[in-house]
Amino acid sequence: MTVAARDADVVVCPGGPLLLRGVRSVTDADGTVHVVDRPVVALCRCELSATLPWCDATHKRLPEERRPR
Amino acid sequence: MHLPSPRGSLSAILVDALRTARPVRTEPSLASSPEDAALALWMLHELSYAGFSDVDEAREWQPDLLRLRHDLESELEDRLRARFPGAPESASGDLVTAFFDYVESHEGPSVASHVHTDATEEQAIELLRWRSVYHLKEADPSSFVLARLPRAARAALAELLYDEYGAGRPERLHSQLFAEALRSVGLDPDGRYVDEVPSEVLEMNNAVSMFGFQRRLRGAAMGHLAAFECTSSVPARRLAQGFQRLELPQPVIDYYTEHVVADAVHEQVAVRHILLPLVEADPDQLEPVFLGAFTCLDQEARTSRVLLERWDVAA
Repeated sequence: MTVAARDADVVVCPGGPLLLRGVRSVTDADGTVHVVDRPVVALCRCELSATLPWCDATHKRLPEERRPR
Repeated sequence: MHLPSPRGSLSAILVDALRTARPVRTEPSLASSPEDAALALWMLHELSYAGFSDVDEAREWQPDLLRLRHDLESELEDRLRARFPGAPESASGDLVTAFFDYVESHEGPSVASHVHTDATEEQAIELLRWRSVYHLKEADPSSFVLARLPRAARAALAELLYDEYGAGRPERLHSQLFAEALRSVGLDPDGRYVDEVPSEVLEMNNAVSMFGFQRRLRGAAMGHLAAFECTSSVPARRLAQGFQRLELPQPVIDYYTEHVVADAVHEQVAVRHILLPLVEADPDQLEPVFLGAFTCLDQEARTSRVLLERWDVAA
């Protein structure tokens, strides 16, 4: 089966978060389980989000070279 | 919702005609002011949303009203296009990067920053009243576009709208969360605040409705949506913290906190998974995408300036 890049269940957004489609829960670094109630979630990759593990668009305030690849 | 109070000769004729079921014999040139014309168009658009409790539903498709709606929309579109400097040159290359850069480079006064640190409770409540005109039908304009998009963009918009519409839970509809927020501060979620908003707020709502209703402008509708989502998370956090500082009730804070996380997802989906496949399938939509994005950012800036001036805050 061929899947277009953007149709994948996990999408790395250059400079931004990781999109996860169709997941039911996410366990963070401390072992806390976060239940997912959205069709897609954005996982923070810059680690500066105030709503970890979720992206809150804080990466946009970083200079480009400090944003996640 | 009841019909709003007229603001000039055109809206007066229209209110009277809608209430009495008489045909409308009038044209945009009869408007006493831009505000009068904007209110008339806002009423005509509302016939396609929830309508008015004192107006016959069948009037939505009545030819005399459609003609007036068409003429008012033409005027509005001409005005929006005259303000629009055109799509950036970089847009023909990597659209995703070009779009994010375009939105980021747009400077405008920030109501959210003022609410964050300085606004009074009275100002915060006024902001909710003004925003209620849009937020009570949040996502509705985009939902009219759904069936008109190419396959990939349609699937992504459906995903985004599913979240906006509560992901299967009626009490989680974003418009419902806003209605709860209004109720919690003693305001009425029945749309009555349209009577107090300035022309800029009416025009903002008219533009997003026109983009949503006209298939020809589907690119502008999606560009508007994407720009809106891209400029939502950070201000939503500032607003939530400002409302917390003012000790407003939890539903108000919850509404904005929800948008911090939801819109950080939506902006990625909107730009990468809606705009990109839309423009790939139909390159002619590139220009309208940026017209919509520009209009969103420009109208937000205009409205913010009016609000901050009114509050005597330097923008």
